[in-house]
Amino acid sequence: MNLIFSNRKISGILTVVPANERSFVDEMSNFNFPERRSLKLKEVMGYDKHRLVDGPVCVSDLTIFGLEYLFANRLLDRDEFDALIVVTQSPDYIMPATSSVIQGRLGLKQDMFCLDINQGCAGFLIGLMQGFLLLDQPSIQRVVLVNADVLSRKVSTKDRNSYPLVGDGASITILERTDDATPIYMNLKMDGTRRDVLRIPAGGMRLPSSPETAVMAEDADGNLRSLDNLVMDGSAVFNFVQVEVPPMIDDLLQTAGKKMDDVDMFLFHQPNRFMLEKLADKMGVPYEKMPANIVEHYGNSSGVTIPLAIAHNLRHRVVGESINACLAGFGVGLTWASMLMRIGPMRFCEMITF
Amino acid sequence: MQRILSILQGVRPEFDFTTSQDFIGDGMLDSLDIVMLVSDLDKAYGISISGMDIVPEYFQNIASIQTLLHKYGIE
Repeated sequence: MNLIFSNRKISGILTVVPANERSFVDEMSNFNFPERRSLKLKEVMGYDKHRLVDGPVCVSDLTIFGLEYLFANRLLDRDEFDALIVVTQSPDYIMPATSSVIQGRLGLKQDMFCLDINQGCAGFLIGLMQGFLLLDQPSIQRVVLVNADVLSRKVSTKDRNSYPLVGDGASITILERTDDATPIYMNLKMDGTRRDVLRIPAGGMRLPSSPETAVMAEDADGNLRSLDNLVMDGSAVFNFVQVEVPPMIDDLLQTAGKKMDDVDMFLFHQPNRFMLEKLADKMGVPYEKMPANIVEHYGNSSGVTIPLAIAHNLRHRVVGESINACLAGFGVGLTWASMLMRIGPMRFCEMITF
Repeated sequence: MQRILSILQGVRPEFDFTTSQDFIGDGMLDSLDIVMLVSDLDKAYGISISGMDIVPEYFQNIASIQTLLHKYGIE
């Protein structure tokens, strides 16, 4: 599906990362895997540090910390946004929506639309799309898009497929209208037939959590996890990304009448360094135009990784100037989406520690 | 063939890769081993194996790895 927007901009990004930093080397002994192979995995995949919440920290806690920082530093006025979108796979509750929790805890105005979206690694793109659509309404002047997850709480510490790469965090992205009518192109696809390759089997109505679903079992590769834990078919996800993403980007650029060289930065979701470098090779994109360094510093925090990639690598640049950016997210659903847009100059682009 | 064997043994030194025609089925390579193997093949031969070629069919035995390398001009 191709979509097009205009007169929309990102006016600011704040990312919130937990202070609790863990090291892959320190955690290697948790995995049923020889140390030599773990170290090789570290080198190839880029596993090093990851930031995880410490204790029962929820998405609303990270988000409120970030919003209060914005209010206190006069980067956002608490009364000057009209929609709050929260994209997460780890909500505070099944009900009510985490966006409503945040609105209530902060005492925000009632004249506001609060919306939760259950999306993961493509969640920044999906959130941008929804926010840009809401800005069609004259009564919505500004949208706050939150991407946040605390999925480390749902990943087994003895799962070497997922635990070394998982990260927690939140991003707060401010969306507004602008006089700049430069088109923003988007390409979006979903395939629910492949929904099982990334999932948490228990905890919903289909299979409620119980003592039975909490029992740890060993898989064929020696990973220990329960039905309450996130499970990822790494090979299927890798194959999905390599097959679907390059043609999606080709389609996007063709629709926009642009070439690869017209793009200043390819800001993609950050699953691991190996996967991103294979994508860059396939697409003929120089590594310096496609950052792949988020997993090694923070872990993979689902929909937060693109804002993190911007804040970590480009925070000064996007405040000072405008760049042609190609964004892409791909993951749970399965969902894959991309967007070609100008980013910057923003009013702020910062990272803080929770 | 010797070079491929040496690279395979670098990934999983505990196995004799000359004895199997089905590395994955025989439990000698799992999905993460294949990632590590591809990384080593890339470095050894100065190539970049496409992500679309990182599928089990190309990693079942020495012959299938040779077939894969042929795609990248390695004889």
